[in-house]
Amino acid sequence: MIEVKNIVKKFGAFAALDHVDLKVANGELLALLGPSGSGKTTLLRIIAGLDWPDAGEVSFDGENALAHGASERHVGFVFQHYALFRHMTVFENVAFGLRVQPRAIRKDEAAIRARVKELLDLVQLDWLSSRYPSQLSGGQRQRIALARALAIEPRILLLDEPFGALDAKVRKELRQWLRSLHHEINVTSIFVTHDQEEALEVANRVVVMDKGRIVQIGTPGDVYDNPATAFVHSFIGESIVLPVEVRDGCVELGGKPLNISADGVSSGASKLFVRRHDMAIGPAGSGAFEGAVRHVRTFGPIQRAEVALSAGEGTTVIEIDAPRDRELQPGDIVSLHPRRYRIFAGQD
Amino acid sequence: MSQPKISPSTAREDLRTEPQVIRIVIIAIAVTFLTVFVVLPLVVVFAQAFSKGIGAYFAALSDPEALSAIRLTLMVAAISVGLNLVFGVIAAWAIAKFDFRGKTLLISLIDLPFSVSPVISGLVFVLLFGAQGFLGPWLQANDVHILFAVPGIALATIFVTFPFVARALIPLMQEQGTQEEEAAISLGASGLQTFFRVTLPNIKWGVLYSVLLCNARAMGEFGAVSVVSGHIRGETNTMPLLVEILYNEYQFVAAFAIASLLAMLALITLVAKTILERHLDEGRLPGD
Repeated sequence: MIEVKNIVKKFGAFAALDHVDLKVANGELLALLGPSGSGKTTLLRIIAGLDWPDAGEVSFDGENALAHGASERHVGFVFQHYALFRHMTVFENVAFGLRVQPRAIRKDEAAIRARVKELLDLVQLDWLSSRYPSQLSGGQRQRIALARALAIEPRILLLDEPFGALDAKVRKELRQWLRSLHHEINVTSIFVTHDQEEALEVANRVVVMDKGRIVQIGTPGDVYDNPATAFVHSFIGESIVLPVEVRDGCVELGGKPLNISADGVSSGASKLFVRRHDMAIGPAGSGAFEGAVRHVRTFGPIQRAEVALSAGEGTTVIEIDAPRDRELQPGDIVSLHPRRYRIFAGQD
Repeated sequence: MSQPKISPSTAREDLRTEPQVIRIVIIAIAVTFLTVFVVLPLVVVFAQAFSKGIGAYFAALSDPEALSAIRLTLMVAAISVGLNLVFGVIAAWAIAKFDFRGKTLLISLIDLPFSVSPVISGLVFVLLFGAQGFLGPWLQANDVHILFAVPGIALATIFVTFPFVARALIPLMQEQGTQEEEAAISLGASGLQTFFRVTLPNIKWGVLYSVLLCNARAMGEFGAVSVVSGHIRGETNTMPLLVEILYNEYQFVAAFAIASLLAMLALITLVAKTILERHLDEGRLPGD
């Protein structure tokens, strides 16, 4: 188990990590998700030993990891831009970790060759073993970087934006591949990403970070369906956000009461979050909002409609996703009711 | 109205290239300039050197004074290139891979020899080690000879050629970043293993390139060496110094014979530089 306790890391006056606690169980595939500058890469580098915290503890299976440098931690690190050794062949890149071992435990040449072959087979690239990194595609470099990190039989595998530098199609393929690889080798893995889709699709558990703090930890379903904060709600999945006023459990938009409840939200300016597909269209007068359809685009099973809500002074335009059982037309007056929604107190 | 028809290919060519007349004029100017300022002087050096025949040429080169100058030049170049290689790689490594206080100051100090006149560089050592200098009395008392001896010449040459290695390697190493080193360390490599297996191979062409330029400058240095050498014939004359002395004594064949060696060094350097630059560009291709 990897345990991170109360980690603080400052770069000048900027707090990259502000008292971060995290536990990662053996065999997990964990995503650190957050916008750039949220501290996720810094946390990864501290676990790897490539950066040092100003305060806090890092332990692997109860053993203090901060007592060891990066070279002694047995952590496999896959860099965002792969950092393959450019003057070495693919084979020598993968063999590097085995060749630099202390003489006492270093494998002999035949064993090294066998192990490298095995790893290249695992990433399905043994046919590239005599090529140089500059001769590989992005996806191939990524997999070689992974094979190189796995060569030292790491106790944890850390991946920094593993798909960040790849194009959309390769990215999709590699996601599934990484999932199945993790299933196969079952090494505790943490990857950093700013792409929520990637985190939700690949990880068993998602850690959402913002401004150097962890704001939510949960399964992909959890963080999507029950976001803990306004930030998580708007960062993960697209949301309709409306500025509302909460008054004793009642919700008002532009001075007009909505017939939805705000139990447990303190009175004052708040924000109402609804997923686009959670806005149900009903007969006029039945819902929380009334509005006029302005524009409709249809693709696949849904139609996306721009609806101008008439709410007190001025109009607010929102986009909703509706099933295609009833075709909407520009000009239609519709009544909308949120099937699921969250209200977070405060302006932001 | 009918538009004149221009085929796409000629239209593009017209946009990209100048009219032929202008091209010929520009090329002619460049060729004339190079001929007058580079090729002609080079031809004159060799013409003068061989003006009394091959026998006189080799006789001039095998003169004991000439041999001593060649030996001294090679020795000084070997010492200064060797030391500057070590200093330069260490300095570039520290500057490119680490952040520390005073880094900017260090970079400026490395550049200093480039911005100081070589004569001043030589003079610094005279002021430091000369009889009236700062350390002079102590050196005299302990019978240590620096000025007007090999150590002084080597020191002046080291000073003048110090920036070559560091200056060539700093941008190269900065461009390569520290990710490969971090990867090596996370794979269990020690500091030394990382340096010799990852850092050094990545900069090897840059190192050779800078050694080449450093060597050319070390062998050709005149100003700084002239100040500290004392011009003792057969002892502290390097090749460039000997060329001047012989020339002033109207021994033109001998002067140009030595000069022809330096010119050949320049030509070899040029060819080697071209080859190395090609490799350097390959090495620069980023890994991603």
